[in-house]
Amino acid sequence: MSLDAAMMRATAPAILPGSGGLRGALSDLFWRKPKVLLLLMLLPPVLWLGIVYIGSLFALLAQSFFSIDEFSGLINREFTLKTYGDLFQAANLDIILRTVTMAALVTLASAVIAFPIAYYAARYARGRWKALFYLGIMLPLWSSYLVKIYAWKLILAKEGILTWLLAKLHLLWLLDAWLSLPVVGGNSLSVSFTGTFIVFVYVWLPFMILPVQAALERVPGNLVEASSDLGASPGQTFRNVLFPLALPGIVAGSIFTFSLTLGDYIIPQIIGTSRLFIGQAVYSQQGTAGNIPLAAAFTVVPIVIMGFYLWGAKRMGAFDAL
Amino acid sequence: MRSDGSQSAPLGLKIAAACGLLFLHLPILLIFVYAFTTEEKSFVWPPPGLTTQWFAVTWNRPDVWQALSLSVRVAAISTAIALVLGTLCSAAVSRTKFFGRETISLLVILPIALPGIITGIALRSAFSLADIPFSFWTIVLGHATFCVVVVYNNAVARFRRSSGSMIEASMDLGADGFQTFRHVVLPNIATALLAGGMLAFALSFDEVIVTTFTAGQQQTLPIWMLEELIRPRQRPVTNVVAMVVVLVTLLPILAAYYLTRDGDQIAGSGK
Repeated sequence: MSLDAAMMRATAPAILPGSGGLRGALSDLFWRKPKVLLLLMLLPPVLWLGIVYIGSLFALLAQSFFSIDEFSGLINREFTLKTYGDLFQAANLDIILRTVTMAALVTLASAVIAFPIAYYAARYARGRWKALFYLGIMLPLWSSYLVKIYAWKLILAKEGILTWLLAKLHLLWLLDAWLSLPVVGGNSLSVSFTGTFIVFVYVWLPFMILPVQAALERVPGNLVEASSDLGASPGQTFRNVLFPLALPGIVAGSIFTFSLTLGDYIIPQIIGTSRLFIGQAVYSQQGTAGNIPLAAAFTVVPIVIMGFYLWGAKRMGAFDAL
Repeated sequence: MRSDGSQSAPLGLKIAAACGLLFLHLPILLIFVYAFTTEEKSFVWPPPGLTTQWFAVTWNRPDVWQALSLSVRVAAISTAIALVLGTLCSAAVSRTKFFGRETISLLVILPIALPGIITGIALRSAFSLADIPFSFWTIVLGHATFCVVVVYNNAVARFRRSSGSMIEASMDLGADGFQTFRHVVLPNIATALLAGGMLAFALSFDEVIVTTFTAGQQQTLPIWMLEELIRPRQRPVTNVVAMVVVLVTLLPILAAYYLTRDGDQIAGSGK
C-alpha cells in the first residue's frame, strides 16, 4: 500500500502547525458539521446547472405553450395548446417519424458494428494492443465532429473516392441501382438518406463501443469457455450468454446514438436530402420562420422520447454500464 | 480440451474488429491527403497533384485567425469554470451519501444526454426572455454547462479509487481541512483534473450545435467551418483548417490518455 509514500509527501514536517483564525475556525466547522461543507461544495454547481440549464429548459418549455399570430408573426404570450396541435399536422408528424426511424436504424447498425470491436478489445486485446484499441476508439470519438462530416462529404461526393473505388472494381452499376431506389437513393450518395445514415453511424459509433466494451469486460472469460465446454456452438454462446450480459452496455450506448441522432441537424443538412429531420425543423422554425413556440414544441418531442428511453434504460440496468 | 486459457481470437472476429477500426480511421486520414491537393473547385479523387501552397494561403487569412482565437479563449474560460464546478460536484457526490445525490449526478449528465440542439435553443430562448444580448459570455455560459460533466466524470472516477482513510490520517496528524485539501486531496486528483480539463477544452473547442444558438455575430472555428461547408468560398483552405484541427485535438486526447492511464498507482487505491 502506497499510503506511507503519500503521507510522506503530504506532511513534510510530521505534524503541521494548526492554523488559528478564520481559517482554523472554518476548518473545524467543516469537520464537526460535514453537512455545511457538503452544502458549500454543492451550492455552486447546483446553482449554475439549476439556473443556467434547468432554468433555460423551463424557459423553453414555457415558450412551447405560447403561440404565434399567423398574420403579424408576433408571439402571443398566452397559454395555449395550439402549438402542440400543430405538431400533429401531417408534414410535422412526417418529420418526427422520419427522425425516429433514422435514430432506430442508426442505433441498430452501431450496435452491430460496435460489438466485434468491443468484444475483441474486452476479451483478446492485452497490454500494448489494449492501449492501442482504446486510443483507436478515443481518437475518433474526440476528434472534430465537423471534420468527420467533412471527410464523409469528400468520400460520398459524386467525384469522390467511393465512386472512384467502385469504378475500379467495376461495381458502379451497384451504386447506380441503389441510388435509383426511392427514399434511400438520390442524385449522389452525398445527397441521400443512405449518406445521412452512414455518417450518423460513423460519427456516433465510438459512443456505442465504449459502454459495450465496459459491459463485456465484466463478463468472466470462463463463462464463455463453460458454455462451449457444455457443447454450445459459438452462435448459441453468443445468443444465450454473451448477448444477454452485454445488453445493458448496448442499451447504455444506444442512449447516446439514439439521442444524438434525434437532435442533430448538421449532418442531415450537409449530407442529406431536403426532407427535414427534427433538429432541422427546430432550427428553421426558430431561425428563418421565427416561430419560436413551434420550435420549442418540436424540442419537447426528443425530450419526451428520451425521458421514456432513459426510464426504460435505467430499469434494464444500463446506467451501471455507463 | 476446448477451454485452453490463452486462446487467440477467431479469424472472423479479428477481421470484423479490424474493419471496424479502419472504418473509424480512414476517413480522418483522407483529410490529410486533401489538404495537399491542387484541385480547387471539387472533391476529385485521386488528387490531380500535390502542393503545400494552401498552408501559406491559410496562414494569411485573418478570418481563420480570428475564429481560432475566439475558440481558444472560449474554451479556456469554459474549462476553468467547468474545473471548479466539476471538482466541487464530484467531491460532494463521491464522499457522502445524501438525499438527492442521484438527482445531482443526473443534473450534471443531462446537458450532454439530451441532444445539443435542446441545450442550444433552451439557452437562446432564456437569453431572449431575459433580454441578454449575445456576447462572448453567452457562448461561455453554454460551453461551461456541458463541459462540467467531463471534469466530473474524470474526478469522480479518481475519488472512488482513492481511499478516504488518507484524509482521516491527515486530519489525525493535525492538518486542518485546507491543508488536507492542498497536500493530500489535490495531489491525488491532480492528473484526473488535468485530463478532465483537457477533454473539456477539446469538447468546447469543437462544439458547434450549442454555439450556433448562443453566438451572435462572433465566429468560433467550428462555426467558421460550418459556414464553409454550407457556402464554400475557398475549398483548399477548409481542407487545411480541417487537417490542423485534427492535429490540434489529437494532442490533448493523447495527453489525457497518458495522465489517466496509470490509475493503479494512486495513493490509497487499496481502500
